[in-house]
Amino acid sequence: MTKVPPKQEGDPDTTGHSWDGIEEFDNPMPRWWLWTFYITIIWGVAYTIAYPAWPLVSSATTGMLGYATRGEVAAEIAAAEAANGPINARLAASELTEVAADADLNGYAVSAGAAVYRTWCTQCHGSGAGGAVGYPNLLDNDWLWGGDIENIYLTVAHGIRNEEDDDARYSEMPAFGDILEEEEIAQVAGYVMQLSGGTPPDAEAAAAGAELYADNCSSCHGEAGLGNRDLGAPNLADAIWLYGGDYDTLVETVTWSRYGVMPPWTQRLSEAEIRAVSLYVHQLGGGE
Amino acid sequence: METGTTDYLKLVVLGLVTLFAMVAASYAWDLAYQLHMVIFMVIGAGLFLVTVRGIDEPKAAIPQNEYFDSVVRAGVIATAFWGVVGFLVGVVIAFQLAYPGLNFEWADGYANFGRLRPLHTSAVIFAFGGNALIATSFFVVQRTSAARLWGGNLGWFVFWGYQLFIVLAATGYVLGGTQSKEYAEPEWYVDIWLTIVWVAYLACFLGTIVKRREPHIYVANWFFLAFIVTVALLHIMNNLSVPVSIWGSKSVQVFSGVQDAMVQWWYGHNAVGFFLTAGFLGMMYYFIPKQAERPVFSYKLSIIHFWALIFLYIWAGPHHLHYTALPDWASTLGMVFSIILWMPSWGGMINGLMTLQGAWDKLRTDPVLRMMVTSLAFYGMSTFEGPMMSIRSVNSLSHYTDWTIGHVHSGALGWNGLVTFGALYYLVPVLWKRERLYSLQLVSWHFWLATIGIVLYAASMWVTGIMEGLMWREVDANGFLVNSFADTVSAKFPMYVVRGLGGVMFLSGALIMCYNLWMTVRAAPAKDALPTAVPAE
Repeated sequence: MTKVPPKQEGDPDTTGHSWDGIEEFDNPMPRWWLWTFYITIIWGVAYTIAYPAWPLVSSATTGMLGYATRGEVAAEIAAAEAANGPINARLAASELTEVAADADLNGYAVSAGAAVYRTWCTQCHGSGAGGAVGYPNLLDNDWLWGGDIENIYLTVAHGIRNEEDDDARYSEMPAFGDILEEEEIAQVAGYVMQLSGGTPPDAEAAAAGAELYADNCSSCHGEAGLGNRDLGAPNLADAIWLYGGDYDTLVETVTWSRYGVMPPWTQRLSEAEIRAVSLYVHQLGGGE
Repeated sequence: METGTTDYLKLVVLGLVTLFAMVAASYAWDLAYQLHMVIFMVIGAGLFLVTVRGIDEPKAAIPQNEYFDSVVRAGVIATAFWGVVGFLVGVVIAFQLAYPGLNFEWADGYANFGRLRPLHTSAVIFAFGGNALIATSFFVVQRTSAARLWGGNLGWFVFWGYQLFIVLAATGYVLGGTQSKEYAEPEWYVDIWLTIVWVAYLACFLGTIVKRREPHIYVANWFFLAFIVTVALLHIMNNLSVPVSIWGSKSVQVFSGVQDAMVQWWYGHNAVGFFLTAGFLGMMYYFIPKQAERPVFSYKLSIIHFWALIFLYIWAGPHHLHYTALPDWASTLGMVFSIILWMPSWGGMINGLMTLQGAWDKLRTDPVLRMMVTSLAFYGMSTFEGPMMSIRSVNSLSHYTDWTIGHVHSGALGWNGLVTFGALYYLVPVLWKRERLYSLQLVSWHFWLATIGIVLYAASMWVTGIMEGLMWREVDANGFLVNSFADTVSAKFPMYVVRGLGGVMFLSGALIMCYNLWMTVRAAPAKDALPTAVPAE
């Protein structure tokens, strides 16, 4: 048999078994352990009487306290809605242009709008509203479809180039890869780069792009490249670029075009929420 | 004569497997399945050839009077190897969360966080933990039953079959072969393979218990047996699915919706309860009395806490689904059983810690024992934290936050990791017949690196978890949310770096252990006359 370690003075009795030299003392269970165990069991029984717990044939016990997690959530939502109901109604009925002058209403709308923004808009426009490639910066003065409160509201409510809302803002830039030769695209891209003060790789080609620009692009982006908000056509003469203003990206944009989409929010948010988030975006810094 | 028939039967089976795998590899719908069929084909053909070559050769007789230790030695090596792999992947994904740029574009679809995360969890739970459990249970059941492992070479089938399961699971995740159930990601054919291996494991273990030469079954074996039987049940129930095609990896679950979620977390929670708790308690009940050279504190406590733990754990799963589509009654029961489970869980800790009565002085001189005792401290901490987090109102703050990740890791790194390291330090000198470990000082280094690493990990996740939970629910005077989700992500950054560093420390400790164990085998003085022979009656 494997050696059993020697006993020490004061050791209690063992159970008399030995496995590979391991023995077991015949100690009682610690009282505090046992009592804590009993107390948790008693508590457990009481808790299952108080709360929904035991499954029956086609339902379950509902508990003496009448508690339900769904009920709890519904009560919280109802309380919040009751508290904000009157001011929401006021917001939905007010003229958008007049909210800014009403300190109470405006303060409420901005904090409500900020919450809507954090929940629904940060995914594309960033938590700081600084935008990302393909998703406009909402802090600056540059607006594709207009930066006054009415226009921001329209954009939020109906979205851009989506299929769900017939009132969505719509325009479509052609993919010039099907229309112009590669060489011509290079010339136009160079010219556009020059418009905003950039240095194209080939100055001569860029100069040749002027005529191509006038023929193909100016109808939407304007003679001087200042853009057209009715068409959502970006200003090409400033330093702000949605997809990038370097030469390669410009060639890509001209060749394949761009088609940025924003969902409509009327189907998901209440009128007050849409107004609130529009007012929030409007006051971020670039509102007109 | 009889072995000859077995060989021919083996040839038929191997031939059929190889043939099927060949056909399946050529018809394969997806890359994961194709690769796996090629693996099956190569292994099947290789074994076929080996069997043909040895068909009329005399077989080496299995020495019935010796313990089957070679398979345990292999298990020790596999445990150390997969441990390092699993910890390394964990460190990588920890830093991927802190620095998303580490999700390299060139490795997208293979080594991004989403693909590596299940690789990490499965590697540490099933590859590291599973090998540790198989190796130690084989060792312990033989020693405490005074009998050689039942089933001849079946133990080798269990070992290699389990390694094959690990390779199939790991390569499957990287190539996208997954059924998207947490801790049960492998697809249907891998599940079937694991079932076969597991039944063989149960047979080896139970067979040894049946032929034991001790009058009673030692407590460690109760826990091991409960672990093996329950994991089989859990594995089969949670993987009931219908393959879309026999030529592809994709399958569809039999349960759907909230039923599927409930079965999944009944499985998921009991993977913790039976794999990571019951199984490792079996380990604890052998190695701590051995290392401390003291009798187990209380036989009564071991009986009561064993049965209470086994009975209560199985009901606790619904606490993973508080505030979901799960009906309230199920959620309440999950919470109540979790809280009643607190004391039965602590029973193991008390029995382990109190076993040191009369041997506490050894903690000063024996870093291996210190490691085992610290593992019990982490076990006690996380089995208190678990019931607390299962309380509905606590859970409404902690759920979906990093607190859960911290909780899991204080259990996994602190309890499962440290107790396994302790067992490995005990086993290597015994299995390789060495007088002692190569260096106790290196064990001390391992101990401190691991312990500080775990504290960094757990503390940083408490901070981020509670912070993120509070940020999510923070509302202004009008009841509007104050933070966006991205705000919470950026606020967590510094703690993510701390967590990564904790992981680096834990990994470094494990590497030191591997070196120490390697040098023990190579350089420590040999010891003869260690009892590998099954003791005579």
